[in-house]
Formats: sequence, C-alpha cells, structure tokens
Amino acid sequence: MAAPVLAVEHVYKYFGDYPALRDVSFSLRGGECLALLGRNGAGKTTMLKILAGLSGAAQGEVKLFGASPRQPAARRRIGLLGHGIGVYDELTAIENLTIFAQLYGVSKSVAREWLERTHLAHVADSPVREFSRGMRQRLAVARAFLHSPAILILDEPFTALDDRAIALLQTLLSEAKAAGRTIIMSTHQLREAMELASHVALIERGKLVHFGPRTPEMLMDPGYVYRTFGAV
Amino acid sequence: MEKNIRIGIGALAGLLLLRNLYVILFNLPDEMAQGPIYRIFYYHLPAYFTAMCCYLTALAASVLYLTKRDLRYDALAMAATEVGLAFAAVNLITGMIWGRVIWGIWWAWDARLTWALICWLVYFGYLMLRQAIDDPSERAKNSAVLSIFSFVSVAITYKAIEWWRTQHPGPVLSFRTGKQLIDPEMERMLFTNFLALALLAFVMVTVRLRQEDIQRQIDGLRRRAHAL
Amino acid sequence: MIFLQVAAKDLRSELRTKESLNASLSFAVVILLLFSFAFDPSGEAVAEFSGGLLWLVFAFAGALILNRSFARELPNDCLEVLLASPVSGAQLFLGKSIASFLLLLGIELLCLPIFGIFYNITWTPKFLPLLGVFVLGTWGLTILGTLFSALTVNLSLRELMLPMLLYPMLIPALMAAMRLTTILLSGNDIGGDDLVWLRLLIGFDVVFTTLALALVETILVR
Repeated sequence: MAAPVLAVEHVYKYFGDYPALRDVSFSLRGGECLALLGRNGAGKTTMLKILAGLSGAAQGEVKLFGASPRQPAARRRIGLLGHGIGVYDELTAIENLTIFAQLYGVSKSVAREWLERTHLAHVADSPVREFSRGMRQRLAVARAFLHSPAILILDEPFTALDDRAIALLQTLLSEAKAAGRTIIMSTHQLREAMELASHVALIERGKLVHFGPRTPEMLMDPGYVYRTFGAV
Repeated sequence: MEKNIRIGIGALAGLLLLRNLYVILFNLPDEMAQGPIYRIFYYHLPAYFTAMCCYLTALAASVLYLTKRDLRYDALAMAATEVGLAFAAVNLITGMIWGRVIWGIWWAWDARLTWALICWLVYFGYLMLRQAIDDPSERAKNSAVLSIFSFVSVAITYKAIEWWRTQHPGPVLSFRTGKQLIDPEMERMLFTNFLALALLAFVMVTVRLRQEDIQRQIDGLRRRAHAL
Repeated sequence: MIFLQVAAKDLRSELRTKESLNASLSFAVVILLLFSFAFDPSGEAVAEFSGGLLWLVFAFAGALILNRSFARELPNDCLEVLLASPVSGAQLFLGKSIASFLLLLGIELLCLPIFGIFYNITWTPKFLPLLGVFVLGTWGLTILGTLFSALTVNLSLRELMLPMLLYPMLIPALMAAMRLTTILLSGNDIGGDDLVWLRLLIGFDVVFTTLALALVETILVR
C-alpha cells in the first residue's frame, strides 16, 4: 500500500484559548480527492491553512510527503486556491504567471501554456485590473495549477465562479485526479464537490465528526452527510 | 496562599519605603553642591534600575513565549512592560523635577533623560501594538517579537547617546560627595531603596498577572456562552 | 536567488503604478518647503542642520514607501499565496527590503539636488562618501521599516502605527546619519572622533538585519 501523501495526526489549533481544531486526524493517498464539509466557522479554512503551511498547528503533526508543510520542498508541491485570487492587479497576466513560475522553479513557457489553457492568451499583455471577474478567476486557476502541484488545496473553489470557470476547474481537477494528484477542497457547493470527491469529511466545531469514502447516498443527496453525521 | 504572599511582600515593600523615606529625609547628610533636592536621586536612580529589570523580564518572557507558546509568558511580558513603563515614568518625572530645581528648566536634553524618553516611547509602542491586535495568539507572537527588538534598540540607543554625550558634553543629573566618590551611607540607601522599589514592582506585576488571568477566564466564558 | 525575484516583482509593481513613489516625492518636497518657514534658510546656520533636515525628510517620506511594502500584498490575498509558495519568510522579507531600499534611495537622490537648490548647499564635493552614508542610513531605515510593515500589515491603523513604532527605534541610525551627512555637506571628511558614527551606523545595520531575518518568519506565520 502506498504511503499516504498527506497525513494529519491529532492536530489542535487554538486562537487564544478558543479551540479552532480539536484532535483532527486523517490521511490521503495520491489520486484521492477529499470534499471537506462543515458550516461557517467550523474550522475548514483553519485546517486548509495549516495544510498549506500558512499556519502552525499548536499540537499534533501534519506531513505532506513526509515533510512539514513549512518546508519549502513541501510547499513547492502545493497548489493553493484560496478566497482571494492571488494575482496582482497592476501587472499583466503573463507577468503574474511568470512571477509564480519563477517562485516555483518552472519555466516561463509553462506560464504561456497555462494562459492558453485558461483561454487568456489573447489578454496576456493586459493588466489584470482590466479583466472581468471570470477572467480573473481563470487566471487564479492558472496560477494554482501551473507548477503541476502534487497536492491541490482549494478553499471553497466553486463559490463565485462563473459557469465557464466552473467547467474549467472541474476538467482540471478530474485530470489531476487521474494523474494521481491529491486534492482537498472545502466547499459549500455540494453537488460539484461530490462528483469529484473520492472521500468526504465533515468538521463540526473543530472536531472531525466524519471521514470516509464517498458513498452513493452522498452522491445522490449531498445534504445526506450533514444529516447523518452532523449534530443538529 | 498566593494572595497572602502577595500581601506579605507588598507590606514589606511598603514598610521598607516608609523607613527609607524617613532615613532619606532626616538622617542622611546633604550633598555638597545641590542642597536637599538631591535626595530625589534616591528614587530617580532606583526607579531606573527597577524599570530595566522589568524590561529584562519582559525580554525573557517574550523569548520564552516564542519558544514555548504558552500564553502565560505573554501575560508576564505584558505585565512586566507595563510596570516597567510606570517606573520609567517615575524616573523621567523625578529627573525633570530635579532638573527644574538645579538648572531652572524642565528639560535640558541631558543624555540620560533623553535616553529615558526614547526608551519610554519604544516600550509604549509595545503597548500600542498589543492594543491593535485582537487575536490573543497573534498579539502574543507579534508583541514578543517587538519586545525583542525594543530591548536591542534600547541597548543600541544607550551606546549611541553615550557617544553623543562625549561629543556634546552637557549637564548631567547625578551627585558626588566631596572626594568624587559616593558616600557609603548614600550608596547603601540607593541599594535599599532599589530593593524596596523592586519588591513593589514584583507585587505590581503579580497583581497585573492576576488581572490578566481573570480577564482570560471571563473571555473564555463569554465565548462559550456565545457558542451555546 | 528568489529574493531578487521578489525584489524585481515589487519594483515592477511600483514603477507600473508609481503611487507611493509620487506620494513620497511630493511629500518630501512639501516638507523641504515647510522647513524653510521654520527657520531662516539663507543664514549661515543652515549648514549646521543640513544633515538633520535631510534625514527628517527621508524618514517621513520613507514611511510612505515602507508602509506599502507588505500592504501591496493585501489586495486579492496575494500575501497568502506568496507565503504558501516555496519562498521562505526571510527571502520574502529580504526581497521586499531591497525593493524599498532602491525606491527610497532613488527618492533621496532626487531630493538632494532639490535640497541643494532650496537651501543653497553644495553637495557635489563629497558626493561619493555622501552616497555611502545615504546607502548605510537608508538600509537601516528600510530594514526596520520593512519589518514593521510586516508586523502591522493586518492592522487597521497601519499607516499610523508603522511610523510610531519605527521612529523611536530608528533614532541611533538617524543620529549617526545626520551627523555624518552634516559633516560631508560642510565639505569636510569623516575622521577622528566622527568615525564612531560610521561604526554606529554599520553596527545598527548589521544587528537589525540579522535580528529581522531571524524573526520575520515568526511574524508572517499565523
């Protein structure tokens, strides 16, 4: 059995005395896609930030490919799509992608390729400030995927995307899964997430109340998870 | 038990201060050139030492917080800095009063007074930063880093001001007896008063820590009540 | 050399919009103008406080540039994305410091002739040593300022807090830079007793650069 790509062991996180995460443990292998469910304030974003190395766990361990996400080697293999698009308004699309290509040690031609894949090649030299919302979202997706990350961390990726961007993202995520990459996404958009997910987790008030494979019931009725495993 | 120790030390500090005040006012001889006002130095200098001890405590507590991430160290760093600022203010004010009497002006850019003012502003910045951050862990972490910077800055500024003084000699707040040495009795009093002030500082820090502890408990209860 | 790429990105961003550059330069000129009313700008005494005046201008105008350093990463959550990338906190910090340093040095070199014209000061004779002092002093200003930019990035009163935290700690560097600049603008060389100011400035830069590089990661990770 292949070693887990991502291992979370007994993680606690406090903001002051407030426990944002309590004894969270789970692991994922390559090619698996986790849909992380939970109400607002449950701890999903906190967990994702710890996975991305933006935050430190107070207790417990997080390992990505056996290393801490604070290590640059691990971060090189992470693609992050958070709430903000993470690109600079005053720079052009190609300039933005080139910066991130450089930071991740990827060649500039790859940046160009991704502009084409996200149908932004025709505005490569325009500043992002002039883009429509859908275009900005597609650029964000390009930024997150361009270094072919082995682990994709997505915080509510389908929220506020237009249809074209949703379709693009779904395609890319399916490809990533097929290529053996690991995906974790927190989401409120249950339908799109359930289609892609191989595993489902529910966080409630900082505790992981369910973690397991996606079942047919979940696929047919996404609210099933909340009803079955969540507290009322 | 803890409360009794606090009261005990507080009483000891109080008694020592009263006894010292009596000795300072009635028993010790006058200094050569300055007349009776020099006696304020028995508070001016020990207050400075006490403030420095407090800042050193804050530095240690800050480093300990960053390594251990226990919020109690953060509370100690904050309490020590607050009390240090109080004693530093005493140092500044007694210095200004002294200067007013012997030089006729409230402020003379005396090297030590200037440094004391800079020091005070630097550590006041620490309190200002704390006030601006809501999340307790972020506040503790960032103010701990600032505390380390503050201490280093204060040390460098001390040296810098000393060099400034050698190039621009000016008035100095201090005293000497006839033979250019401090009379041993005066020296003893300086030390004894420092002891009294240090004990007082200790009590103030523990009181402040207790306040912080209660505040955190209240905050925790409040949060739990909201969650229900 | 990732930090150089970070520096290049910041410089490109700033030169594209020129927002803080323009604000900073205008502010500097306004201060130079205001100071001319504070005292007699034509008297002999101007040489005495030429260094002091210049560095006050640099410190005030510099705050605008330094504030922008980490604040420019806030729109679109760019800071989060940068921190999630393989760049270490220290590299990010160093890159930003270098960018701010170059921007601020540029402004200072523009202010110098303006200052020379307004206050009738010749600055050409000792230009190279003067440049050296500008470099050392600006580095001290930048390294502390960028650190405080990181420290205050998430605060609502950021524009107020950064100067309030920065200036008291900057005093030794300012003192030294002011003294050295005054000496050079009077046409003299730095020697003898005055070398202590050079040592102070270098020591300040070394100590705070080391401390900042060591602690910046702690500030940036939540």
